[in-house]
Amino acid sequence: FSLLSSCFPRSCTFYLVLCIILFLLAQESWVCVLYFQIHFVLLVSRQGKVRLTKWYSPYTQKERSKVIRELSGVILNRGPKLCNFIEWRGYKVVYKRYASLYFCMCIDEADNELEVLEIIHHYVEILDRYFGSVCELDLIFNFHKAYYILDELLIAGELQESSKKTVARIISAQDQLVEAAKEEASSISNIIAQATK
Amino acid sequence: MASSNSLMDSLFQRSLEDLIKGLRLGESTFISRSLEEIRREIKLTDLSTKSVALQKLSYLAALHGVDMAWAAFHAVEVVSSSRFAHKRIGYHAIAQSFSDQTPVMLLITNQLRKDLNSSNEHEVSLALECLARIGTDDLARDLTSEVFTLLGSSKALVRKKAIGVVLRVFDKYPDAVKVCFKRLVENLESSDPQLLSAVVGVFCELTAKDPRSYLPLAPEFYKILVDSRNNWVLIKVLKIFAKLASIEPRLAKKVADPVCEHMRKQNVGKSLLFECIRTVFSSLSDQETALKLAVAKIREFLVDDDPNLKYLGLHALSIVAPKHLWAVLENKEAVVKAMSDEDPNVKLEALHLLMAMVNEDNVTEISRILMNYALKSDPLFCNEIICSVLLPCSRNSYEIIVDFDWYLSLLGEMARVPHCQRGKEIEHQLIDIGTRVKDARLELVRVSRALLIDPALLGNQFLYPILSAAAWASGEYVEFSKSPYEIAEALLQPRTCLLPDSIRAIYIHSAFKVLVFSLGAYFSAQQPTSPPLAQESTSSGHSMVNGFTYNSISSLVNMIELGLCSLSGTIDVEVQERAKNILGFIGMIKHEIAEKATSQNSETEGHRAIAFMEDVFSEELGPVSSTAQEKVPLPEGLELNENLEGLQEICREVLEPMAESDYSSDKVSFSVAKLRIRDQEEASSSLPPPLESSSLLAEHRKRHGLYYLSSQKSEDHNDREGNDNNTSNEYPPANEISVDSFKPKKKISKPRPVVVKLDEGDEPKRKPDASSSNDESLSRAIQTALMGKGKGKEKEKEIVKENHEMNVDTENIEQSSRREKKNKKNGERSSKRSSRRQRGKEASVTKPVEVPDLLL
Repeated sequence: FSLLSSCFPRSCTFYLVLCIILFLLAQESWVCVLYFQIHFVLLVSRQGKVRLTKWYSPYTQKERSKVIRELSGVILNRGPKLCNFIEWRGYKVVYKRYASLYFCMCIDEADNELEVLEIIHHYVEILDRYFGSVCELDLIFNFHKAYYILDELLIAGELQESSKKTVARIISAQDQLVEAAKEEASSISNIIAQATK
Repeated sequence: MASSNSLMDSLFQRSLEDLIKGLRLGESTFISRSLEEIRREIKLTDLSTKSVALQKLSYLAALHGVDMAWAAFHAVEVVSSSRFAHKRIGYHAIAQSFSDQTPVMLLITNQLRKDLNSSNEHEVSLALECLARIGTDDLARDLTSEVFTLLGSSKALVRKKAIGVVLRVFDKYPDAVKVCFKRLVENLESSDPQLLSAVVGVFCELTAKDPRSYLPLAPEFYKILVDSRNNWVLIKVLKIFAKLASIEPRLAKKVADPVCEHMRKQNVGKSLLFECIRTVFSSLSDQETALKLAVAKIREFLVDDDPNLKYLGLHALSIVAPKHLWAVLENKEAVVKAMSDEDPNVKLEALHLLMAMVNEDNVTEISRILMNYALKSDPLFCNEIICSVLLPCSRNSYEIIVDFDWYLSLLGEMARVPHCQRGKEIEHQLIDIGTRVKDARLELVRVSRALLIDPALLGNQFLYPILSAAAWASGEYVEFSKSPYEIAEALLQPRTCLLPDSIRAIYIHSAFKVLVFSLGAYFSAQQPTSPPLAQESTSSGHSMVNGFTYNSISSLVNMIELGLCSLSGTIDVEVQERAKNILGFIGMIKHEIAEKATSQNSETEGHRAIAFMEDVFSEELGPVSSTAQEKVPLPEGLELNENLEGLQEICREVLEPMAESDYSSDKVSFSVAKLRIRDQEEASSSLPPPLESSSLLAEHRKRHGLYYLSSQKSEDHNDREGNDNNTSNEYPPANEISVDSFKPKKKISKPRPVVVKLDEGDEPKRKPDASSSNDESLSRAIQTALMGKGKGKEKEKEIVKENHEMNVDTENIEQSSRREKKNKKNGERSSKRSSRRQRGKEASVTKPVEVPDLLL
């Protein structure tokens, strides 16, 4: 870079630096806008505790914590009678509160906010059906199940399954697969056999 | 010993539930202790123990921000297990923690391939989900054939996910389009709503990136738009058409009808209705019936109690505002009402809409409304309001402002809004109007005076820029002031010690200007036969105050002297020097004033000095174009490209202050000698040189006429108030060049094309290039894929049409038996299959972007 700037007269050096910074910025934002309708999903409790995070766009661990901190600060402070959308860093965050949990999804500005609200509601209904009137504690102790259900609902940030029944059927089929294997594996003799192999 | 240790670890391993329970107890060291455990457990050979450890780790990573990149290899190990439970945990961990840079990425290709080919549909779906999340260029390339196979799977679950994965694969490996695109398009005709929803979702995202390539598929999308009953599918199709219609106007006409139909339905979902409205506003706004219907529907949104609908209604209006302002004007009341909504987002949208409505006629009314809101809003929104009033009002050199007196008093009002933090912008506008609009100067001085004499304003640091502008204006245009004494008093009031030194210097300098003006007025009033120079300068200022008596002038001088005495010892050199200068001037002039009362000798030393100083300040300051510096031609023989390597560090320091010193030229120091030097050196400013050197100046102007901004702009405003615009052309100032005349010269007078290009040409061009290389290859691939279909059709023109139908029927039977030949066969088959569909697309062979006539 220093080589580059020495080739140009003084007055351009400043512009050059500026242009390169702009260029880098633009490129970075491009990286984030790949093909995703939903960039990430967050579940935050009213106390600000994170209950579930799912990232469809690439974010580093550092960025993730920053995003969570920033958004939960904004969302938790919004009154009950306000609209469910926030403009945030050029994106829109759609959130909805169910009991003590806030479900948030981040989308592009041009996306349909009402549709995302429906997706959130859809997810809650499926959770409700699966756990039988779902509560926060269910999600705390079965956080992986909540992930698996979300994976059935969305793929690469796109809604892939709009039928509640189908999702329920797939998840229970998978659970059965797991259970069958577990019974076989959890016998103590099996563990000892494995460990002393 | 090692084995017994591991046995203990396996037997008494904390499960995920134990971990969660432990965390809920809130022990501070619990996380680090559990991480220790996990690190130990994850190294064991037993896959059950390993997978539980991995699951615990991914829990901690997801919810407590623990780094889990180190466990990447273990995740791959867990995935290789034959048990579904382990695989699920492993894939979940991979999807969560892998990035393009993860080194073990290479190790999972084979595992993914194995699972994609698995007979268990759930294993396949796990692998697909993982690929959709982490797929890199290499993975996409290596697994394209598997994804292609799965696109034709008979299991809906697998096929649907494969469709979702295609998005990632295309993005990473555009060549995959050649293989997979036909199958993807076939799915558009699927009867299964789930598949249709998935495939439309994929096309929606693809179209958003590059609409042109997908125009040939318009008939398929149109069919879905008309036939589908699924809201989610319809929303996606509408999004697709919003993109397509914006590049193909004929399509807009065709699509408008079904969109209207959806809007007219009684029980249409709000999300679909909103999407229809947005599509109409953004892409079909030329279709009158559709637009009218959409505006009628948006009104329902605006008056709805649901804040979401209200917000979206306002948001949609802001899309249509630039093109069809009447839609906003019709809903003006609702918009104004939304300004008092409790939701800041709604208020903000309403504010933007209100400002979109502003024009010459209603700017007064709307600003009045907004200022009322600003007074009672919270600081954040208040400044948002102020900002959004300032911006449109100043656009295109105050295009919409007719009454500048009103606007200046509005600016003064803004300064008094308690939460105002936009001092910088207001400062800029006050000075800008002062230099550009001659007729507004009287009001400017009045407003400035009101700001200066209010001691309460001096306590608010956000107002300092405004005060500095007010001080400058009342000094520069003191001839319009009713009472210079009052202004001098305000400029030197004790509370000015609260100001930062740089602004204080401006205060002192303005006080000096007031003093010089007052003395000049006093002397010329005393001497009707005063020298012509002084007389001229006084009369040119439309002097309103000639009523200086000996008493008033000496009290003014005393007051200034008193006020500055304390400042001559200030630490800041700028303040100190200015104060000392004035004190010196006063010392020189003081006894002359006393003499004046008694003797009638006109040619005194002091008199000449005052006349001289008046000249210094009499030249008007004009606005300087921000691009003036660029228009300076490079002198011949000046070598700029060499010997600068060592100067790089210095450059950076020098350039930054230079960029900021826009105004430094306005705040002239009053040393005449300095002034002359600066005038010759700093060509970009139009400093007032003393009158003696006016011939020099004229010469200078002639030589460097380019640097001076034409005065046309400032005259424009006066013109619009009554005179015809043409009048300004009747008296073209000899040495001033109009804005237009720059244009032809621009090319000639820029011997530094490299600089200019770097500035506005090169970089922006490189930007899209670098970022869109991938997109381009993708869109090219898709265009060839679609064109290929057209060509295939041509070749098979002779093939009997009836055969075509049979082909479709037999296809399913063939599918299972001839899997290995599938790749080749399918290419042919689908081209036959789509031949009928493609008839209209023949045009696309030559012009790939054209929409088939079939539709239009």
